[in-house]
Amino acid sequence: MNLKVLLPGFVTVLLLCGASVKAQGFLEGGRVTGNFQLDAQVYKADSAIGAYEVEEKMRMNAFANLLYSNGNFNAGLRFETYLNPILGYDPRYKGSGVPYWFGSWKNEQFEITVGNFYEQFGSGMVLRSYEERNLGYDNAFKGARVRFSPYSGVTLKGLIGTQRFFWEQGPGIVRGLDGEFALNDMFDKKGKCKTRVTLGGSFVSKYQPLEEIVVNDTSQLILPANVASWAARFNINRGGFNLDGEYANKLNDPSSVNNLIYKNGQSMLVQASYSVKRFGVIVSGKRTDNMSFKSKRTETGNSLDINYLPALTRQHAYSLSAMYPYATQPNGEMALQGQINYKIKKESLIGGKYGTDIALNYSRITSIKREAADGESTFLQSGTLGYKSPFLAFGDDLYFQDLNIEIQRKFSSSYKLLISYMYLNYNIDVIEGHPGEPMVKAHILIADMTFKFNQTNALKIELQQLYTKEDEGDWLQFMAEYTIAPKWFFTVSDQYNYGNPDQDRRFHYPTLAMGYTQGSNRLSLTYGKQREGIVCVGGVCRNVPASNGLTITLTSSF
Amino acid sequence: MKKTVLLLFIAFLFTTAFAQESAATGKKLPSVSVRTLDGKTINTADLNNDGKPMIISFWALWCKPCINELTTIADVYDDWVKETGVKLIAVSIDDSRSSPKVGPTVNGKGWEYEVLLDVNGDLKRAMNVNMIPHTFLINGQGDIVWQHTSFSEGSELQLIDMVRKLNAGEAIESH
Repeated sequence: MNLKVLLPGFVTVLLLCGASVKAQGFLEGGRVTGNFQLDAQVYKADSAIGAYEVEEKMRMNAFANLLYSNGNFNAGLRFETYLNPILGYDPRYKGSGVPYWFGSWKNEQFEITVGNFYEQFGSGMVLRSYEERNLGYDNAFKGARVRFSPYSGVTLKGLIGTQRFFWEQGPGIVRGLDGEFALNDMFDKKGKCKTRVTLGGSFVSKYQPLEEIVVNDTSQLILPANVASWAARFNINRGGFNLDGEYANKLNDPSSVNNLIYKNGQSMLVQASYSVKRFGVIVSGKRTDNMSFKSKRTETGNSLDINYLPALTRQHAYSLSAMYPYATQPNGEMALQGQINYKIKKESLIGGKYGTDIALNYSRITSIKREAADGESTFLQSGTLGYKSPFLAFGDDLYFQDLNIEIQRKFSSSYKLLISYMYLNYNIDVIEGHPGEPMVKAHILIADMTFKFNQTNALKIELQQLYTKEDEGDWLQFMAEYTIAPKWFFTVSDQYNYGNPDQDRRFHYPTLAMGYTQGSNRLSLTYGKQREGIVCVGGVCRNVPASNGLTITLTSSF
Repeated sequence: MKKTVLLLFIAFLFTTAFAQESAATGKKLPSVSVRTLDGKTINTADLNNDGKPMIISFWALWCKPCINELTTIADVYDDWVKETGVKLIAVSIDDSRSSPKVGPTVNGKGWEYEVLLDVNGDLKRAMNVNMIPHTFLINGQGDIVWQHTSFSEGSELQLIDMVRKLNAGEAIESH
């Protein structure tokens, strides 16, 4: 069925219902909520730091969501405008329109959604659509989805759709089924069993018309029209103990990302954690092998992903600790992570009056081991199985390593301190695709102090230092933020690349910022220089070019 | 065609917006599935605190001001609960990259909040959360009566004042 034909009819019905609401009482009690955000930047060229002349002088991104809900019925849309997309956003976003709208209806057993929607199966390794507006990431499905709970503890989902590609839809059609079974809710309704077990499984298939192509002027390849993938998962929980696992497999899917090899892809994620009050520990392991799964064979960028491969590294929040962020290498990696959180007791000799928080985190990512496939002498040859790889073996190349410790303590009602140390290895060659550049080895120190003067006035000072001999050398960051709760903030900061091996590139990146918040409305202004860098939120990163100028952000929810 | 759809939808929203002025019911919590730390799936429309106020705070492990807000409140939370009966529900929007770390971290910090996992942002979208921290106050009847984004030292005092006002039956400024 053509949704474009259905849509106007559907909206007309809505309109008529809305107009006659008082007469009929059908939609009485319906609610409209929404939000709005605007980011505008006014640019000033600064050729030294690499901030080029922007012809428009000013660019703006904005969006607004409107949601209507009434009992079991929901509808919504999002208007987006990028005139033109601010620096760092994909220029293909240029323009305005309504790329997202949906209608959904549910009762106790069914939920039916038509239009655009977001969904995740398990940990997302075979299917996840989501949005990160602040990164310009959106792979929403457009189509239909049904959720069905025939029995307590059983959730079945089925969906079909194409994916958002800026202002268009990608060429592939994605079909997915997922079932989740919470055994305790099914068989132990009185809740006698203290161990909770949940099992789940997914099947996802992508269709893109069959293609025959010639590679290297010799071999002719047939690219399959249908690519299937499946996953199975479990979760076991008892008291403070939790064990999670998921295995995913994808059949042959030659694409531009994997250099057109026909090997099956696979991924496995296992995590075990234990926690009691004031103590928590978690250990995770993950293998990823040829698991890029996109609804267009030739797409290589951050678009049209059907699945999501979570990175097993800590997501850092301070600007220098987040300077070298990691994202999963979909073609292959082995990952390990461990974390311990401990709080030294309040009112104790070592813990002090308010207690002391300690967090230790370690992650290590390497390549997978690769051996030549049967009958082949080279790796990754298009049209072949590519390579063989032993499942549990770690490869020899280190991609990323991060050891960090954080200690946080409130000394009195007016003073608290956080200190942190981090050691990092970052394989800039593999992660950023800069062949031949040496591994970045960096030590990072952070001190974050807060002084509270009275009930509403506080000063926060951050000092950060990054030492490295590689890449751009040493950095220093200073930030002071004065806040008057709950409405105002004022910030002065400077990032200084004092150790750049090129003496002429030892730049300062100063900024001034202020903001005003009233309820859920917030306006902030930032003036200054932004270094070129990678910004990551959730699982996605984008490269933000250097800029110089004024940024205005307005956000509101209602 | 897109323009037509948009105009029609906006017209619809306006007509219902006028209609809703007369509606007595307030803005309720949406009905979305989220997970508890022990792996149960629950419907957010069923969240309640036995007729007492609730605070719903959206946060994530990578959000410094969020951790700051929840750490600050943790020091006074016992007193808040004793005085007002309020319950704080901390909704983590960490995705599958870090959601397994939420439980150990929350326990490791000794927080006593009820914690929910919104791993694909379904509740976040349904409640129109743009930036975190974003905090909602819900009255004993389940109506959302107040919301606030961002956190700075001392903002928690405004929040508990709102809770006290609710308990005293005083009006709350709408935003």
